[in-house]
Amino acid sequence: MNSVEIRYNKTHEWARKEGDVFVVGISDYAQNTLSDVVYVELPAVGDEVTRGESFGVVESVKAASDVYAPLSGKVTAINKTLDNAPEVINEDPLGDGWLIKVQAADPAEWEQLLDSQAYADVVAAEG
Amino acid sequence: MTEPLIYELSAPGRTGVKPPRLDVPEAELPDSMLRDDLPLPEVSEIDVVRHFVRLSQLNYAIDKGMYPLGSCTMKYNPKVNEVAARLPGFANLHPLQDESTVQGALYLMHTLQEYLKAIGGFAGVTLQPAAGAHGELTGVLMMRRYHQARGDMQRDTILVPDSSHGTNPASTSMSGLQVVQLPSDARGNVDLDALRAHANERVVGLMITNPNTLGLFEENIVEVVRIVHECGGLVYGDGANMNALMGVMRPGDVGIDVMHFNLHKTFSTPHGGGGPGSGPVGVAASLADYLPGPVVILDPEHSDDDHPYFTFYQPPQSIGPVKSFWGHFGVMVRAYTYIRMLGGAGLREAAEHAVLNANYLRSQLRDVYPIPYDRLCKHEFVAEGHFADAPDIRALDIGKRLIDFGVHPPTYYFPLIVHEALMIEPTETESRQTLDAYAAILRQIAEEARTQPDLLHEAPHSAPVRRLDEVTAARKPVLRYQRS
Repeated sequence: MNSVEIRYNKTHEWARKEGDVFVVGISDYAQNTLSDVVYVELPAVGDEVTRGESFGVVESVKAASDVYAPLSGKVTAINKTLDNAPEVINEDPLGDGWLIKVQAADPAEWEQLLDSQAYADVVAAEG
Repeated sequence: MTEPLIYELSAPGRTGVKPPRLDVPEAELPDSMLRDDLPLPEVSEIDVVRHFVRLSQLNYAIDKGMYPLGSCTMKYNPKVNEVAARLPGFANLHPLQDESTVQGALYLMHTLQEYLKAIGGFAGVTLQPAAGAHGELTGVLMMRRYHQARGDMQRDTILVPDSSHGTNPASTSMSGLQVVQLPSDARGNVDLDALRAHANERVVGLMITNPNTLGLFEENIVEVVRIVHECGGLVYGDGANMNALMGVMRPGDVGIDVMHFNLHKTFSTPHGGGGPGSGPVGVAASLADYLPGPVVILDPEHSDDDHPYFTFYQPPQSIGPVKSFWGHFGVMVRAYTYIRMLGGAGLREAAEHAVLNANYLRSQLRDVYPIPYDRLCKHEFVAEGHFADAPDIRALDIGKRLIDFGVHPPTYYFPLIVHEALMIEPTETESRQTLDAYAAILRQIAEEARTQPDLLHEAPHSAPVRRLDEVTAARKPVLRYQRS
């Protein structure tokens, strides 16, 4: 997976290309800050998501947080595993803990997301 | 040792009550309605008494020790309030009694309305809402109705700063309106540029918590109100933090159009498991006709100078009742008593001491706990429960460790804009001695975080139950008794 580049939202979601679609999840920093995730609310397959707008909720013992779409497009898959095992987000946020897959309306949007270094700067600034 | 559930005390055939001999014909329940799978506890009277007395001894309460639960204003509930609420003339009323037979109660409600108008700077007050968030819903519905009545139909948005109470966006959504969140600036005020960018013809209003959830007074409140009014919107004040302001500043005077009071916080009535809330809403003259009805008014036709007569009145464009009957009357009696016992000067002194206590405690902790918005606070302040040189320690660990010292933890993980937030509201109730003792405990815990972190991770050590598995409880909740 290291060979596939991941890009980030300022709001701590990530996206990476996988074939024709983009896989979307929350960052390692986000899962660590939220602490133990207990519930995830995701859109349905076929729903449209809009870049920068909320597409679901990740709830931990600390807080319920909206998650924001890094790209606009149609949801082609959701991670069913999270229904019964939301802890996978804590265990593997960039891998098995993915949230949704999106057929991007404009794949060029991905280029505009933050690369790992720029995102690390955002996290550092949040302290 | 933990107390068993009452089901676990059950023994087959044991009873606490022997009913009198039947003196009417016996009526059999139909077989289809009889069940033998209900695990009802079979216990004696002494089993029940001991069980609940033991449980009550496990309780923590303001009557036992300091309770600085931020945002909740857990001040002492004076016992005289309870005496007043138990007077038979109040306690034994029926809500459907003819108004001519309940003039004392109506006098109390009318006077309380007048007091709240005077304290908040408002033209009208409803006492109906059941508690704070219900008051918010009531206020937002009135704001919506106000615009609709003027034919201003396109307004569908409420602006909510990120330092507001979590109930503000919830009340907005409940009213069918859209939430737009505004960021805070570096001093913890509403970001005025963001506010200006969103102030337009779609705005129903702004909901502002002042002092906000950081315990900070909104320094630009006059400008915030002006910007919202200029775009045709109204300003809702979340009055949950009135304990910092009463007798000092009247929200109506700076142009707040509508605000709820929390009688159970500011006016010392029991809450947090101790009783229902009460969330009266005050409004400016422009909204008075929309108040939920009925409100209590003086009936001039039936009154003379020596004999006032009070009656219920439905405001002409009322949004309708928001609660059955007249609201939580028993809570009103307690709040009225509190106001009468303190008087105007006493209310102001209570607010001043609440602010002084919070600032004193902040001054005793600021060299040990990071305080991100470290300026003069009002009734509460927010510290970070996190140390750079003890990265594994979280606010949760500090809160649990406090329990070992026999005091209540602060609110933690709120507001969300502070990492590992510890939200501390000592209230005016505490003396310098109890504040010093609490500060000493928190300083000791900060020391332990570096030297004995496991002491914190495994806390509480001395409570009846140890660290609860909140994660499993949330992931796999068991919501009712299950016979093992």
